[in-house]
Amino acid sequence: MPIIEKMICITCPMGCTLEVTREGETLLSVEGNTCKRGPEYIKRELTDPRRMVASTVRVRGGIHPLVPVYTAAPVPKPRIFELLVQLREIELEAPVVMNQVVLEDVFGEGIKVITSRDMPRQGD
Amino acid sequence: MVQTLKTHYDVIVIGAGPGGLAAAIEAKKNGADDVLMIDRDLELGGILLQCIHNGFGVETFKEDLPGPSYAQRFINEAQTVGIDYLLDTIVLDVTPERKVYTTGARTGFKELTAKAIVLSMGCRERTRAQIRIPGPRPAGVFTAGTAQRWVNVEGYMPGSRFVILGSGDIGMIMARRLTFEGAKVERVLEVMPYLSGLSRNYVQCLLDFDITLQLQHTVKRIIGKERVEAIEAVAVDDKWQFIPGTEEVIPCDTLLLSVGLIPENELSKKAGVNLDPVTAGPIVDDGFLTSVPGIFAAGNVVHVYDLVDWVTQAGRTAGKRAAMYATGCCNLEPMYVPTKAGDNVRYVVPHRLDPEILTQDSIMLQMRVTRPLEQPVTVQVTDGDTLIARKVERYARPGEMVSLTLKGKDYEAVRKAKELRVSVVPK
Ligand SMILES: Cc1cc2nc3c(=O)[nH]c(=O)nc-3n(C[C@H](O)[C@H](O)[C@H](O)COP(=O)(O)OP(=O)(O)OC[C@H]3O[C@@H](n4cnc5c(N)ncnc54)[C@H](O)[C@@H]3O)c2cc1C
Ligand code: SF4
Repeated sequence: MPIIEKMICITCPMGCTLEVTREGETLLSVEGNTCKRGPEYIKRELTDPRRMVASTVRVRGGIHPLVPVYTAAPVPKPRIFELLVQLREIELEAPVVMNQVVLEDVFGEGIKVITSRDMPRQGD
Repeated sequence: MVQTLKTHYDVIVIGAGPGGLAAAIEAKKNGADDVLMIDRDLELGGILLQCIHNGFGVETFKEDLPGPSYAQRFINEAQTVGIDYLLDTIVLDVTPERKVYTTGARTGFKELTAKAIVLSMGCRERTRAQIRIPGPRPAGVFTAGTAQRWVNVEGYMPGSRFVILGSGDIGMIMARRLTFEGAKVERVLEVMPYLSGLSRNYVQCLLDFDITLQLQHTVKRIIGKERVEAIEAVAVDDKWQFIPGTEEVIPCDTLLLSVGLIPENELSKKAGVNLDPVTAGPIVDDGFLTSVPGIFAAGNVVHVYDLVDWVTQAGRTAGKRAAMYATGCCNLEPMYVPTKAGDNVRYVVPHRLDPEILTQDSIMLQMRVTRPLEQPVTVQVTDGDTLIARKVERYARPGEMVSLTLKGKDYEAVRKAKELRVSVVPK
């Protein structure tokens, strides 16, 4: 039995409400998308949902005690909390520059976690 | 930084968030030699520095960046083009004659003058006093933005069990952020019958983590003496009246308020700038010139934007026009045509525009709708029975800015118009 449900595309701020017809994980049709990324999102969401993750890691000697970081590509949604545990163990030394790599290879998928800003040393 | 602080500048920009940064850079690029940015914070970048989540820059850079990265690009550019800036310095007063009074730890009290000023002080959050929640005043009631700064910049958690009042983007984003840091978010309550932030944030911040959103619900009472112990939630009807018998006590130690932003215009008032009671920001023209000659305004100080990309664009326009004003190459007496909020439009920015601009440049009309319309809508500009411009959107929601760009081809019609009435109606 095909299921019809409404899903919101989160690919861009427009957030189109899409009408999705599927049977299990098999996508039958998508309607209501403004661009082609809508159906692509739904396809992935049904089989391998992923999210960008942003958090912070500790930094020693910086003008703030934390530096913000984010995943360079979306990571599997069910494993977000596993990643957060790994990030909690990291401590950097200031100065830090933007795009500095904090984790090389999240879950063996080649995805990096990088810093999203410079963090100058306190007093410099 | 400032090598030697001058007393006179071509352009002084107050507030160094994305609006101010874009304005300063563009002023410099358009012939203003001496440009100074002033910010009370210790760093450039404004509120973006605490917005560590992704979602910034899709329009400007065609990339999905976190707030700090978006800011960093403009900070780097401002430094490259050689803009002076004063940090840890608050602007106390601005006069209509464009005197700027500041005080800061390094410079002490200063009087500066400028040929043109750009106001870009951003916005502030509505607080408990402004929404009148009764009950005692225990610790543990904060605005969502304050909590955001603590968690993301300063590194401490304001509580462990949260209720969030308001479904604005900052509140929803904080719900996810606090969950990431090990807290439990018990509930998000929204007094309106619809979400006030972006629907994508509902999915990726609340649904993803099974956080319950209750529409048409609010906080009736805060319980707790020293510290918040619980809140009493209640359902409301269409007139915001409590519905008796729907009360529910939700145990929590912290209540976050995400109940809206208000443009920060204390300085604008001192400068004699006329404000629009609907936006709570200055009345501006197409170049973001306020009612006071030489004083411009850009970003959230004018009206609260939902996308930083439009803040940057507004900053660029204001910066360019401020440079033109400072270097004496702009039309000082334009024949303005006023804009007017028509059907289902709460307000339109700019409030008036100079049709002659359309011979060289386009003008973006930015507006918010009153009622949500989840169906294709026509955004149209009319003058009496004359249709001047129109476009179709898939839907219109109060939480998302709607825009319509007037172009060169509209010049003749705009020039002849008495007023530009903007409506957003079902197609
Ligand atoms: C808490 C909060 C969270 C937000 N989160 C998001 C988000 O996630 N995504 C999004 O797109 N938008 C978000 N916004 C909206 C955001 O403000 C805009 O996108 C953008 O940052 C606005 O830029 P701006 O330059 O107008 O103001 P701001 O970035 O607010 O910059 C204003 C600057 O002016 C300075 N200032 C103010 N008064 C004075 C004074 N008297 N003297 C000296 N300096 C002064 C302030 O210190 C500040 O640095 C958020 C807003 C707030 C308040
Ligand atoms: S379908 Fe396209 S326009 Fe609509 S939300 Fe998805 S990416 Fe954005």
